[in-house]
Amino acid sequence: MTDHDHNHDHDHDGAHQAAPPEVTLRVAALESLLIEKGLVDPAALDALVDSYEHKIGPRNGAKVIARAWTDSAYKTRLMADATRAIAELGIGGMQGEHMVAVENTPKVHNLVVCTLCSCYPHSILGLPPVWYKSSPYRSRAVIDPRGVLREFGLELPQDTEIRVWDSTAEIRYLVVPQRPAGTERLGEEQLASLITRDAMIGVALVHPPRTQESL
Amino acid sequence: MNSVHDMGGMHGLGPIQPEQNEPVFHERWEARVFAMVRAMGSWRKWNIDASRHQRELIPGADYLRMSYFEKWLAGLIELMIKKGLITRAELESGHAAAGSAKLTPALTADKVPLMLAKGSPANRDSNTTPRFQAEQRVRTRNINPEGHTRLPRYARAKNGTIDRIHGVFVFPDTNAHFQGEKPQHLYSVRFTARELWGEQAAAQDTVYLDLWDDYLDPA
Repeated sequence: MTDHDHNHDHDHDGAHQAAPPEVTLRVAALESLLIEKGLVDPAALDALVDSYEHKIGPRNGAKVIARAWTDSAYKTRLMADATRAIAELGIGGMQGEHMVAVENTPKVHNLVVCTLCSCYPHSILGLPPVWYKSSPYRSRAVIDPRGVLREFGLELPQDTEIRVWDSTAEIRYLVVPQRPAGTERLGEEQLASLITRDAMIGVALVHPPRTQESL
Repeated sequence: MNSVHDMGGMHGLGPIQPEQNEPVFHERWEARVFAMVRAMGSWRKWNIDASRHQRELIPGADYLRMSYFEKWLAGLIELMIKKGLITRAELESGHAAAGSAKLTPALTADKVPLMLAKGSPANRDSNTTPRFQAEQRVRTRNINPEGHTRLPRYARAKNGTIDRIHGVFVFPDTNAHFQGEKPQHLYSVRFTARELWGEQAAAQDTVYLDLWDDYLDPA
């Protein structure tokens, strides 16, 4: 085996595929060309980046879920017309125009994927993590959801019904996780702080707070 | 098209590698690519289906090797050249061709909040009656177009059940090729995991896909 083969075989140290270093220069050159031609406004690019880095993220989805857990009328509206119910909280827009909420129960677990590209509810959960966009997740979520969940440390009972949602159109899916036991006294904001992005994709459960005193 | 992007059901693509405290963008160039794709979309020279198809056209070996935002960059460049927004010579020189007019950007910073809040709904007003009703049995067509489709290989020529009717939506197979939106009903179709994968799948598991009229026949 040559050194090259050796390096190649072991080049699996992170899901984030490192791009060739020259890509930074290529992108900078492209941006400068587009600015020179009047095709893009650099301030608009800054505003877009700032929106996804600081404003739009999984806290949006967590608010929706916490409201659904604490307000049964809201939950009914969410399950019937998620786009409209989410808009009640001032959330929605780009890549969240058509939402469907799917609910986990003691018998049913939902998992969201996009096998064909990386469709994801940006306005509700922010931009997707690298693993969601990666070939391993996209390829196996539909054929081996139990194996995939096991890789996330989630072992479901054998008789749980797993529903996998392959986002093949412009409908975006939000998993409504089960509210963990022992959180009856928590308010909406405290509940929201427990709800993770992964739970709203369906690769994790929501766990109660670690310290019992906080209940 | 039957390319590697249609990877549902494949094995051997490696372990899933979640990253703790993952940043929204790992490097600044990723953020700039993402923003340029959104900003250039505002020129309305193409549509989301054409963007997806352009990334599918990346040769398979490259597709698997490239990171997500490298694919976005490659797709954006090809679309801009195809639509005459930039030329290959300009891309190589890094400068606008001599004498070319300076345009006014389609998306300015002040318009970003509204663009993000409005999005681009893909449903269309229509009075047509859906061909299928909830709980009706359907069979997906066995189609293998060289162009864009959102019917994955793993769900072709399979029996399923209409779970819900989403309404009338733009049809990607034509829209991606600028052949019109051909709006038609979109359905959530439920398949048993065993119909798709055989006896190895758990009997109670299901997979749901969003599929258009043109992908479906009565079972």
